[in-house]
Amino acid sequence: MMDLSITTRDLNLWYAKFQALRQVSVEIKHGLITSLIGPSGCGKTTLLRCFNRVNERYGYVTTTGEIRILGKNIYDPDVSLVELRKSVGMVFQRPNPLPLSVYENVVFGLRIHGERHELERARLDEAVEKALSEVGLWDDLKDRLDTKASTLQLEQQQKLCIARLLPLKPEVILLDEPCSALDVDGTRAIEELLFSLKGRYTMLIVTHNMAQARRASDECLYMLLGEIVEHRRTEDLFLHPQDPRTAEYIEGRYG
Amino acid sequence: MSSSSSQRFTATPLSRRKARQEALARWIFCGMAVAMIVPLLLIVGYLFERAWPSLSLSFLLEVPARGMTEGGIWPALVGTIYLVFLSLAVSAPIGILAAVYLNEYAGDHWFNRLINLAVINLAGVPSIVHALFGLGAFVYAARFGYSIVSASLTLAIMTLPVIIASTREALASVPRSFREACWNVGATRWQTIRAVVLPNSISGILTGVILQVSRAAGETAPIMFTGAVFYKVVQKGDFFAYGLHQQCMALSMHLYTLSTQVPGVKESIPFATAVVLLGAVLLVNATAIALRVYLRARKRW
Repeated sequence: MMDLSITTRDLNLWYAKFQALRQVSVEIKHGLITSLIGPSGCGKTTLLRCFNRVNERYGYVTTTGEIRILGKNIYDPDVSLVELRKSVGMVFQRPNPLPLSVYENVVFGLRIHGERHELERARLDEAVEKALSEVGLWDDLKDRLDTKASTLQLEQQQKLCIARLLPLKPEVILLDEPCSALDVDGTRAIEELLFSLKGRYTMLIVTHNMAQARRASDECLYMLLGEIVEHRRTEDLFLHPQDPRTAEYIEGRYG
Repeated sequence: MSSSSSQRFTATPLSRRKARQEALARWIFCGMAVAMIVPLLLIVGYLFERAWPSLSLSFLLEVPARGMTEGGIWPALVGTIYLVFLSLAVSAPIGILAAVYLNEYAGDHWFNRLINLAVINLAGVPSIVHALFGLGAFVYAARFGYSIVSASLTLAIMTLPVIIASTREALASVPRSFREACWNVGATRWQTIRAVVLPNSISGILTGVILQVSRAAGETAPIMFTGAVFYKVVQKGDFFAYGLHQQCMALSMHLYTLSTQVPGVKESIPFATAVVLLGAVLLVNATAIALRVYLRARKRW
């Protein structure tokens, strides 16, 4: 029996009057890569954005139900969004490094969350080396930490966006189609990176690319019209889909 | 078959007609664009030609002489500088901070829509109405009297909505993805603004503010009602000629006075005054452009 990292119960979400999530109850296991697949507009990204409550920044959102991350309901009134988002970071479709140097991008989270006296240079240097090493950028960038992050290649930018989360020691990393702006090599590099991070972080990845879900995830969630249709081990879902709607989608007859 | 294939892709009467229309449209649009610069060249050229006999450094530094029919414009120049800087010192911080609130914090509900509406309408109020408001509010109600303070505050109210609008535009041009990146590591809105939004919009904000210099310098009505006078005794070249509670001369007002109120003014003097006003405004605008180019060159995304 594996630990659960995220559980939701009867999660419903409305954008103004439009219901984007319907009675979503899922259990995401700790340390695994779980992929979310489904046709456009099925609520994958919405569900992802629920997990650090960043949805609330995008306008009129009403949510009911509960989301527990490591046992704590994140809709409890005593939850601090700042602390929540520190633990649950997100990576976007287009790499979005801040218009700062590579170094400042990596320590950005520390600067935001730390008291001034905790931010000695040595500690920051160490955090940068650790984070960049984890994502495999250290050797390439150690002599160029002062270059603007926006001048890096896209693949490096995306890795940097992942590295930016790591100094905050997140529990969960949410990835919203992290490879759709990258070429084949970039995609493979990011997938390998996710694989190497497995076990330490719980990762949720939204993808339009079924082959990617199949290659890169341990478990897979198929969503349709705001509902969870099927959630099983990736292998099982693709080889023996239980629900006819899943079968239609993965065989390419729908979507 | 060979005859029909040789006719392929050649112009038909219809496509020739479309090509003629295309050329015509292009010339009309281009002509209108050129027409824009003609008046500017004519105005500047005419002004310079008429002003030429009076233009010199001493014209800037001298005080008016012989009942303002001769001499220079120093008191008016200094007065305008006072008014412009004081008014922007008030309106720029208020305008920028208000715009940050409206763009970064305010949600879309009735109160903020009301503020938006107020900003838009305030921008459309004629300057003479601002003048009357300034007279009532600052000169009488606040008891600042006819003074530089009253006139500057009136100008500040007048420039405020435009500064808010231009600042909002500059803030809105910062890509959303930067903000998302900040939110998702748990940055507060203020941290986001300070670390990312302001540094990347500062060039646009400054440009918007500086462009208001020309408006503040050029307006006559608001200061005429609240703090500008026809004539005031000032030492030649004295930069600290006025106290803030005093009235002052100003270029726009001086031009009006010379042109309409004083008989026997040497003919080139009003034109030279206009050239100085225009030159000062163009200089400030050129500074704004240079600053924008400089700050643009530093940021890359």
